[in-house]
Amino acid sequence: MRYLTGFLLGLINFALLDNVVLSRFLGLCPFLGVSKKIRTAAGMGGAVVAVITLSSAITYFINRYVLIPLDLVYMRTIAFILIIAALVQTVEIIMKKKIPSLYKALGVYLPLITTNCAVLGVAIDSAQKGFGFFDTMVFSIGTAVGFLIAIVLMAGIRERIEYNKIPKAFRGMPIVLLTAGLMAIAFFGFKGVSF
Amino acid sequence: MIKPIERLYNGIIKENPTFVLMLGMCPTLAVTTSAINGLGMGLSTCAVLMMSNLIISLLRKFIPDRVRMPAYIVIVATFVTVVELLMQAYVRPLYNALGLFIPLIVVNCIILGRAEAYASKHSPLPSFFDGLGMGLGFTVALTLIGSFRELLGKGSVFGLQIMPKGFVPATIMIMAPGAFFVLACLTALQNKLKLGKSKVEPPEKFCSGNCGACMDGTCSIGKKEDADK
Repeated sequence: MRYLTGFLLGLINFALLDNVVLSRFLGLCPFLGVSKKIRTAAGMGGAVVAVITLSSAITYFINRYVLIPLDLVYMRTIAFILIIAALVQTVEIIMKKKIPSLYKALGVYLPLITTNCAVLGVAIDSAQKGFGFFDTMVFSIGTAVGFLIAIVLMAGIRERIEYNKIPKAFRGMPIVLLTAGLMAIAFFGFKGVSF
Repeated sequence: MIKPIERLYNGIIKENPTFVLMLGMCPTLAVTTSAINGLGMGLSTCAVLMMSNLIISLLRKFIPDRVRMPAYIVIVATFVTVVELLMQAYVRPLYNALGLFIPLIVVNCIILGRAEAYASKHSPLPSFFDGLGMGLGFTVALTLIGSFRELLGKGSVFGLQIMPKGFVPATIMIMAPGAFFVLACLTALQNKLKLGKSKVEPPEKFCSGNCGACMDGTCSIGKKEDADK
C-alpha cells in the first residue's frame, strides 16, 4: 500500500508539478516539432513513454551492477547513449516482427527518439541522484507521462491556432513558443499543491 | 583561405543554429538564466562541435555507411566526456550551474546534424571551421538570450548591475516561462526584420529530433504527414 501511494504521488509530482518539457526543458525538439496534429503527437508521446520506461530500467541495472563496481562512472554518458541507441533499434525490430499494428502507429517516431534528450536526461539524472530501482521507475514513468500530457495539449492548442489570425512576424515558431510559455505558467499553478 | 571565412560567416549569421535553423532548443532555453551560463554552455558546445567535426571528417572514408550514426555518437560522446571532466576540474561553478545539460550535449541536434550534413562529406579543414562557425553562432545566440533574461529578471548583465535602483526585476523572466517568451520575441523580431513588408510567409522550421534529415529542412515526419494526405 505504501508503495502504491508513493507511486501515485511520485507520478503526479513528476508529471505535473515538475513537468519535463515545461519546467525542466527536456525533450523540446519533438515537443515543438511533432506537435502539429493530435494524432502524431499522441504517437510520439506513446513511443517516448515506452522507450523511457525501458531505457531507464536497463540503464539503472547497468549503472548499479557494471559501471559502479568497475569504477567506470565517468563512462556513463557514452555507455548510456549507446544503450539507448541499441535499445531503440531493438524495440523497432521486435515491434515490426511481433506487433505490426503498434509498429504502424509508433514506428516512424522510434528512430527520432535516440536523440530525444528527455530519454538520456532521465537516465543520467536518476543515476546522478543515486535513486533506487523503485524511485528510478517512478521518476521515469512520471516524466514520460508528463511529456505525453504536454505534447498532446500542445498539439490540441496548435490545431486551434491554425485558424486564427496571427501577426505575420509571429507566425510559425514564435507563436508556438509563446503558447509554450503560457502553458508553462499554467503548469506553475500545480506548484501550489506540492506534497 | 576563402573557405574557412565563408564557413564562419555561414555558421554565425546565415545559418545560425538557434535563430535560423531552430536546433538545440533544450540547452538554449534551459541554461540561459544568465549571460554567463549561456556563454559557458555555448563555448563548451563549440569545443565539442569543432573536435567532433574534425575527427569525423578525418575518419569519413573509414566509417562504413551503415554504422555511421552509432560511430558519430561514440565520437561525440567521447569529447563530451572530456569537456565534462575538464569543466568539473577547472570551472566548478559553471559545471554546477549547467549540471545535467553538459552530458546532454551528446544529443544536441546541432552536433549530429553538422556531422551528418557537413563533416561526413567535406575535408578536415573546412569541417573544423564549420564546427567553429556553428559553435560560435550558438554561443552568440545563447549569450544574447541569457543577457536579455538576466537584464529583465535581475537587472544585470554578466553580473553587472545595469538597471537603476528603482527597477523591480520581473522574476518570471529567469524562470521557465520567461525562456519561451524571450526566444519567441527574438525570433519574431528576426522574422520582422527579414521579411520586411514582403508578402512571404515566414518559414516553419522545426527539428523533430531526426538531426541528419532536418539540416536541409526536410523532416522525415513532415514527409510522412504529407504522404498520409
